[in-house]
Amino acid sequence: MIEAIAPFLEGTVRTATPLAFAALGETIAERSGVINIGLEGSLICGALGGLVAAGYGSTWTGFVVAGISGAAIALVFAVFVTTLRSNQIITGTAITLLALGLTGTLYRQMYGSTGAALQISTMQPLSIPMLSSIPLIGQALFAQPPVTYVLYFLIPLAWWWLYRTHSGLALRAVGENPEAAIAAGVPAARFQFVAILFGGFMGGIAGGVLVIAQVGTFAEGMSAGRGFIAIAIVVLGRWHPIGVAVAALVFGAASALQYLFQSMGWGLPYQLFLALPYLLTLLALAGVAGRVRAPASLGKWELD
Amino acid sequence: MAALALLGDMLVRATPLILAGLAVAVAFKGGVLNIGAEGQLLIGACTSTAVSLKFGSTLGPLTIIVALIIGMLAGALWAAIAAELRNRFHVLEVISTIMLNFVALYLISFLVRGPLQEPTRIYPQTSTIAPFTQLPVILEGTRLHIGFILAIAAGLIAWWVVRNTVAGFRLRLTGANPRAARIAGMVNVERTTRNVFLISGALAGLAGAIEVHGVTFALYENISPGYGYTAIAVALLAGLNPAWVIASGILFGALEAGASALQRDAGVPSTLVWVVEAAVILTVLGTESYRSRRSRQFVAPEFAAAQGSS
Repeated sequence: MIEAIAPFLEGTVRTATPLAFAALGETIAERSGVINIGLEGSLICGALGGLVAAGYGSTWTGFVVAGISGAAIALVFAVFVTTLRSNQIITGTAITLLALGLTGTLYRQMYGSTGAALQISTMQPLSIPMLSSIPLIGQALFAQPPVTYVLYFLIPLAWWWLYRTHSGLALRAVGENPEAAIAAGVPAARFQFVAILFGGFMGGIAGGVLVIAQVGTFAEGMSAGRGFIAIAIVVLGRWHPIGVAVAALVFGAASALQYLFQSMGWGLPYQLFLALPYLLTLLALAGVAGRVRAPASLGKWELD
Repeated sequence: MAALALLGDMLVRATPLILAGLAVAVAFKGGVLNIGAEGQLLIGACTSTAVSLKFGSTLGPLTIIVALIIGMLAGALWAAIAAELRNRFHVLEVISTIMLNFVALYLISFLVRGPLQEPTRIYPQTSTIAPFTQLPVILEGTRLHIGFILAIAAGLIAWWVVRNTVAGFRLRLTGANPRAARIAGMVNVERTTRNVFLISGALAGLAGAIEVHGVTFALYENISPGYGYTAIAVALLAGLNPAWVIASGILFGALEAGASALQRDAGVPSTLVWVVEAAVILTVLGTESYRSRRSRQFVAPEFAAAQGSS
């Protein structure tokens, strides 16, 4: 039992990392009043882009290209949503479909559907001296791949930007009431456009984390709904960067529970553990969704 | 003869797309963004398979009818989860239905390796259902089964109901403007929404049940190559009109059957179909936006001006 705690905590942070990247980006997008269901598409594009770039360049090039790939597919979403004012949910669904189709097709073209997959060596954990020797949580939090540490800076930065700067205030105003924001001279559509691209970039990095820091290769549909889970995490985190980080950890913990249960040797079917994050999303949303207040114009600004 | 077989393949492929497309069209029309046709289809497939395998010998020739009905009920029940989550807890059905799709997938993965696995316990699939529980072929020399006729009938019934009945009127009103529907006092929006979920789930569940009993004759994990997601493109291309869903379902059935043939003969990845489907959805959205922009150019000039100058 005790010896299972360390891998459980480590697994919690590892699973939470890509979710936190994606959810943080989506938080910014949703704060501007846009719900991007196409986030899943950004993840899978980032996964493929990151793999190819990391295969030919350095690890960090991989992450940058992953982000750009995620932003590229989000650009299509942004054009439809901010300039054509199309329905955000339907556009987002199409973007996810487009991304899954594109990445599957490209990957099969490049490496064949059965042939040897492109393998890269994954980013190794980097122990931070002192901090990593804190009992219990030290290893889990400070002996991770370096990309995880980027999050430790990004999360407070996102909070500071949203709540302590003029542009952050303007973004939130757009999300609450775009007409009023426009009347006050805020270029609402432009804010949403940039927020969507940022969300796509972060979603792409999340996909890159999966490939570069965890799996080392690509598989069709490997994002496996993490983009959608990230959207649920934004709701659970109440559209607040710190809350979202905590919610991502809760999800990571739920997924990592399988290490604990396995060590206890319960004969439960493994599919139950695989389904656990999705079931948990449903339960958590049922407990929280009715009691939190979303940005007032979330998903609503469209032509009809 | 080969041409006839290909035609049969297209219509066989169109059958689940029409039914799932109807599920999406009815839902979207009623203001329910059900992205969960895939999961509801899978649940319909696994419950109906269970009925045919476990009760085939007792029910005899009635089996197929009972199996299809159970498949519909199970699909409706699966959708009802999302309906309750939305009505009681304000959970966005887009998220909940997608989560339920994954849960359904893992449920099948469990069933075909556990309680429903074939007796030799080697392959992750069920035994083949008995011939008398299979849907009859309607065109000699092809795999085209009677499920196709059922799909067309469902499309026509849905079209008539949405267009001509009070229930259809409530559905359209709720979908067009739930606030107005509630304020006018004509519609119980919660109940209408729940009914829309149930009908949508039943149609998708029927698609899954028919797929098992007309095409695959057994349950396994990859029984649906994303029919529930393609259904969204099918429904949107049809403008959410159930009668047009029949046509767009056949079109996409042809596209997918053609893609499988292309993959086999020319090595073109079949995932390319998804790109085409996404392109169809985006084109429909773009066209709609262009139309409504033109028709409302004179509306709210101060808002448009503010947007332009920003």
